[in-house]
Amino acid sequence: MPAIESDTIHDVIIVGSGPAGYTAAVYTARANLKPLVIAGSVETGGELMKTTEVENFPGFPEGIMGPELMANLQQQAERFGAELLYEDATAVELEGQIKKVILLDGTIHRARSIILATGSAYRELGLENETRLSGHGVSWCATCDGFFFREQDIVVVGGGDSAMEEALFLTKFASKVTVVHRRESLRASKIMADRAMAHPKIEFVWNSEVADVLGDAKVDGVLLRNLVTGEESKLAATGVFVAIGNDPRTALVQGQVDITAEGTIAVEGRSSRTNLPGVFAAGDVLDPTYRQAVTAAGSGCVAALDVEHFLGAAVPVYEEASAAAENSSVSA
Amino acid sequence: MSNVNAVTDASFEADVLQSDKPVIVDFWAEWCGPCRMLSPILDQIAQEHDSVKVVKVDVDENQAIAAKYGITSIPAVYVFKDGEHVATSIGAKPKQIIEKEFAEYL
Repeated sequence: MPAIESDTIHDVIIVGSGPAGYTAAVYTARANLKPLVIAGSVETGGELMKTTEVENFPGFPEGIMGPELMANLQQQAERFGAELLYEDATAVELEGQIKKVILLDGTIHRARSIILATGSAYRELGLENETRLSGHGVSWCATCDGFFFREQDIVVVGGGDSAMEEALFLTKFASKVTVVHRRESLRASKIMADRAMAHPKIEFVWNSEVADVLGDAKVDGVLLRNLVTGEESKLAATGVFVAIGNDPRTALVQGQVDITAEGTIAVEGRSSRTNLPGVFAAGDVLDPTYRQAVTAAGSGCVAALDVEHFLGAAVPVYEEASAAAENSSVSA
Repeated sequence: MSNVNAVTDASFEADVLQSDKPVIVDFWAEWCGPCRMLSPILDQIAQEHDSVKVVKVDVDENQAIAAKYGITSIPAVYVFKDGEHVATSIGAKPKQIIEKEFAEYL
């Protein structure tokens, strides 16, 4: 495919369109930096697009639907002049003063600074049969697929907030939801854990992992292994929803920026600065700990302010003045 | 405007199985976020490729067809040729990826 290189050198390109990417876009757009947002073609809006009610984003006393929150953030960014491209970045070149972002369609975009807000991706169990039966009973999205499991028995794997959210959502359809968790207590927040524990359709299997997913053409059960006793048992189920966490999405920048032992992009202190000048990170891709919509948004703000500072420091004031003089002499 | 026609349990036989051209069928639902991301992409594919027909099936309203083809995850995109189910792509994916997956039918 021939490379099409855009002539424009942007002040900043933001890769990602979750709460971090859009918040960085709102801030840099308000600072008149005309950010170019590589929003992705099918994952636009990030992980909140797959959720239902978001009850803990400040400012929404009645809660807000995830997709609606993201649509609002997008409009807010566009209102101040952010330019959105619904394309996927396949490569980046981060060295030097001008950074390049290469898209799946072959076009190349250039900028003086870049904010990496690529988020995180669902973690898989790592079982061969999990891959084979994906889309045939194995799923990562309860809001997408729960509907197909009406009056059936479902297994949810995981013990965090997203696992509880999936389990609770699935009770609308399923006759029984069994949560399989590696430990003997939940990692989820108390409010979510209490809700799940109190629900008559939800049962728990503690200290256990899913050792295999069973079924020929579609899922008909799971093989459970008790991690304390080593005992194995079969549990009949037609659906397996995997909610065991996420991994930071760093494939795009591997070998270019420093990565921490936890797999996130390494940044300096509380800033968003990576080891490369002009390259900043925001949201889940740098956060091994909190990973909330609101912390991602806060992190996007930090990156935007760091970019403003970087560009302000990088472009000496007299250059603008001489450029203005040049323009006026041309027009004279 | 979309040039992707809606197909129902009742019209599936005539619109898909008896079509002269290969048919890309988008199994979707209103409440499925990733489905909404994928539909404009399939729209574009329909516009750019005369060699195929693209249709969509709302699984909420057409549960018989969804059940018949064992749909348990959406968006699910199936290709039918001469009445046979010949290719599958599950999940919302970028246009270029879908075009690659379905290259032999486009």
